[in-house]
Amino acid sequence: MSQSDIQKTILAQQKSEDRRKLILNTVLLVLLLLAPFAIYPVFLMKILCFALFAVAFNLLFGFTGLLSFGHAAFLATGGYTTGYLLSNYSGLTTEMGIIAGTLVATALGLGFALLAIRRQGIYFAMVTLALAQLVFFFFVQSEFTGGEDGLHGIPRGTLLGVIDLENNLNMYYFVLAVFLGCYLLVQRIISSPYGQVLKAIKQNEPRAVSLGYKVDRYKILAFVISAALAGLAGSMKSVVFELASLNDAHWHMSGEVILMTLVGGMGTLLGPVVGAMFVVNIEYQLAQGPLRDWVDPILGVIFVVTVLAFRGGIVGEVQKFVRKNMG
Amino acid sequence: MTMMKKILTSAVASALLVGGAQAEISDNAVKIGYLADMSGTYRDLAGPNGLKALEMAVADFGGTVNDAPIEIFTADDRNSPDVASSTVRRWIENDKVDMVAGLVASSVTIAATKVIEENGKLGLVNGSAASSITNEHCTANHIHYTYDTYPLSVGTPTAIVKEGGKSWYILTADYAFGHSLEADVTRMVEANGGEVIDTIRHPFPTPDFSSFILQAQASGADVVALANAGADTTNAITTASEFGLTQSGQTLAALLLFLTDVHALGAETAQGIQLTTGWYWDMNEEARAWADRFMEETGVRPTMVHAGVYSSTMHYLKAIEATGSDDAQVVRKHMMDTPINDMFAKNGRIREDGRMVHDMYLAQVKTPEESTSEWDLYKILRTIPADEAFRPLSDSKCKLVSNN
Amino acid sequence: MTMIFGVPMAVLSGQLLIGVINGAFYALLSLGLAVIFGLLKIINFAHGAMYMLGAMITVIMFDALGINYWVALFLAPVLVGIAGMLIEYFLLRRIAGQDHIYSLLLTFGVALIIQGVLTNIYGVSGLRYVMPDVFKGGVNLGFMFMPYYRAWVIVVALLVCFGTWYMIEKTKLGAYLRAGTEDSQLMQGFGINVPLLVSLTYGFGVMLAAFAGVLAAPIYSVTPVMGSHILIVVFAVVVIGGMGSIGGAIITGIFMGVVEGLTKTFYPPASSAVIFLVMVVVLMIRPSGLFGKEA
Repeated sequence: MSQSDIQKTILAQQKSEDRRKLILNTVLLVLLLLAPFAIYPVFLMKILCFALFAVAFNLLFGFTGLLSFGHAAFLATGGYTTGYLLSNYSGLTTEMGIIAGTLVATALGLGFALLAIRRQGIYFAMVTLALAQLVFFFFVQSEFTGGEDGLHGIPRGTLLGVIDLENNLNMYYFVLAVFLGCYLLVQRIISSPYGQVLKAIKQNEPRAVSLGYKVDRYKILAFVISAALAGLAGSMKSVVFELASLNDAHWHMSGEVILMTLVGGMGTLLGPVVGAMFVVNIEYQLAQGPLRDWVDPILGVIFVVTVLAFRGGIVGEVQKFVRKNMG
Repeated sequence: MTMMKKILTSAVASALLVGGAQAEISDNAVKIGYLADMSGTYRDLAGPNGLKALEMAVADFGGTVNDAPIEIFTADDRNSPDVASSTVRRWIENDKVDMVAGLVASSVTIAATKVIEENGKLGLVNGSAASSITNEHCTANHIHYTYDTYPLSVGTPTAIVKEGGKSWYILTADYAFGHSLEADVTRMVEANGGEVIDTIRHPFPTPDFSSFILQAQASGADVVALANAGADTTNAITTASEFGLTQSGQTLAALLLFLTDVHALGAETAQGIQLTTGWYWDMNEEARAWADRFMEETGVRPTMVHAGVYSSTMHYLKAIEATGSDDAQVVRKHMMDTPINDMFAKNGRIREDGRMVHDMYLAQVKTPEESTSEWDLYKILRTIPADEAFRPLSDSKCKLVSNN
Repeated sequence: MTMIFGVPMAVLSGQLLIGVINGAFYALLSLGLAVIFGLLKIINFAHGAMYMLGAMITVIMFDALGINYWVALFLAPVLVGIAGMLIEYFLLRRIAGQDHIYSLLLTFGVALIIQGVLTNIYGVSGLRYVMPDVFKGGVNLGFMFMPYYRAWVIVVALLVCFGTWYMIEKTKLGAYLRAGTEDSQLMQGFGINVPLLVSLTYGFGVMLAAFAGVLAAPIYSVTPVMGSHILIVVFAVVVIGGMGSIGGAIITGIFMGVVEGLTKTFYPPASSAVIFLVMVVVLMIRPSGLFGKEA
């Protein structure tokens, strides 16, 4: 085979792969658009919110190699801020509340990042955990969060003052649009030159430093983006459920997003989405069924099995399988 | 045949619906959802045994009301309001659940009752402590049955101040629940001529109370009151006993303590503590008889919440039987119009704000010498009449109360 | 009465002593974590569950078999140690050489399983454990009432901590341990069974947690979830001390007990947060903790 032949085959392969991807994406999109007619919309929105949360987390963990054990803080901050504003200032439209929640979470993310970014590995995880605990204590003791009662009756309001979000379908398409927007954004980030640097940092930080990259700045930016998206997820969640509660701030929530990412496949784009779908669904099914008293131990088993046998997660293992068997 | 019957009944039902009368049991079945913490902090006071109590009520009714079968759905709320609201929503929309029972953590209860209200169903709250559930969070679609924080903060302080415990030191869990309990207790103590000399707000949760107990001892107060709940309360009591708080002449008062907590502490550690309860298994013949049956089913003695679940479910089913309808407002009205006289309460009645008011009891934990068996833990010191125990309607912030 | 910042001197002395006692608990728990991380590079998120198991087993053995406190003090840690070795052998060994993070996730899963199963069997209200008669009562120190049991806790906990430190840092066995876990091939060459050494080390680390659990049984509410809250606090202590530093874990444990005690006196609402606050500050100034080696 000549050089050009090889190039042609590669091009052709790429083309067919592109087409496959296009078809897959179209099918997925159609499914997502039709889903609320088959599945309960609030449940779907819950999955989308957690999927966004996991995608945000994965940007940091899967692509930059930084394990944050404090992401619950951003989810909760987004939720409480949006919930508080929408409940107390009736002039605000919903998207303004959500933007405000996201901004506060972003600012908090910047604070975390500046304090934690110099630390590595387990120390990074522990600093983020400590900071998130401080945020948790703040929320528990504050009056505006309603303490353990939580914030209830957050109005869904209207989008841009026009579209009524009390309607579940409207709400769903809004959440879906935000989710897809963020998903595409993360996809762009990862394939951009900036994303390449993040991956380089993950693989070998000293080398990235010696190549002249200001590694800390890259990491801080990744952290802030991740925190912003996590905050956005929390903001939307509070609007969807019309409530915000301490559960979202607890360190178990930080553990849960790790589980979602891990089970779905960290370092893959689709993995966290699949993981969120899997974990939210399994928790829901278990809580209803005869095994309802056993949800925690079963989640524990999933953790153990995933770490031992499927470190690539669902998406990672499928990819491996496809690569092996389909050339 | 059955298909035909179903179509017919639903046709009749919708005809009646159009006519405005709803004297019909929807889908020809009474469906009850039991939502509670089955695996977390509040598991023992309601949890799986509360489900048993509910099943006992259904079985005592023969499994049917007016020939309509009674179905039970169950879920673990995981103490999460998200889970609660989506579970209740799905129960109502997909499974056509008519009534939701259980309901423990206040965040869960408030979230669930909001959904129940939106959908015009009925909620029977038994596990929650927060008095806000029939105050600022009241709806026309739920009833708060067993107890709430108001009587807890009325009964114990009033009695102790009258016995001469004038100066108080309050250990408060530093979150909304503790703050409201602290405020209520302070008001009651002062109203009765006592004085709160200091309060300490401890973080929630606190594993070690020795530091706080030491400060309480040093304060020289007559009474040390615990405005917290669950593991915080039991840990504080254990430590108080270890540091000899009561031996040095101070009185220990726990504001929220369940039988399961006292059982875990044991009479030796918990002896002498005064508390307020809505029910006690050994308080009269009827209660004892029911508690014996409960023990056969579960192996343990029921808490007031378990008894409340049973009693409220019976009261609900009787209302359906009498009205022939499972429509929430029809049933609720009948439940309000009928006084409750059973193993749980005498002359209990449900007010317009949804609060079931009944006598509460001031109890004291027995000493090991007085206690004849594992569960023989309380002696009832005083009955707090219903009118005195619960928040008067004149103070209510509930939107359903006419004085607003 | 002498006052310090509005707090009587007597009260303050009492609080300091209480702080040291709580610190002894933290020291025992963080010591186990530090041993496991320092020698094996395993981040043991099941440590809280092991502490809880120590306490639960003590109570269960007493209820079911009448085994008393003194026997439990040895037997419960041994049983938990064996359980730990099984966990190491069947689970942790399979991810040796992978990123540390996986050990964190794996042990977190194990903790969820142990806690969940015990919750279903024993409930959450807590199990009753009556203090041994010999410890009942206490002595009035003038500034505070000192229960005998707390005095016992502080003595025995510090003894065990010091003994462990001495064994690992000063004896031949400790030298083998450190060498075996640092360069396993070399030690294997010397005919030392390194995998067994690893199992034993993990088992020993969780034994320390279980020992703390037995000490806790008479004074704290024994429930399946008692370890999940303290876990995070103890991790913070280990990080402040410098992960893997044995002596650092002990000193920091006691120090943090005192810091927490003082916070409980001067500003109680912050007493949970203070440890995390200290951790953040320490890591800003000394990235590897107070006693850690620079990474």
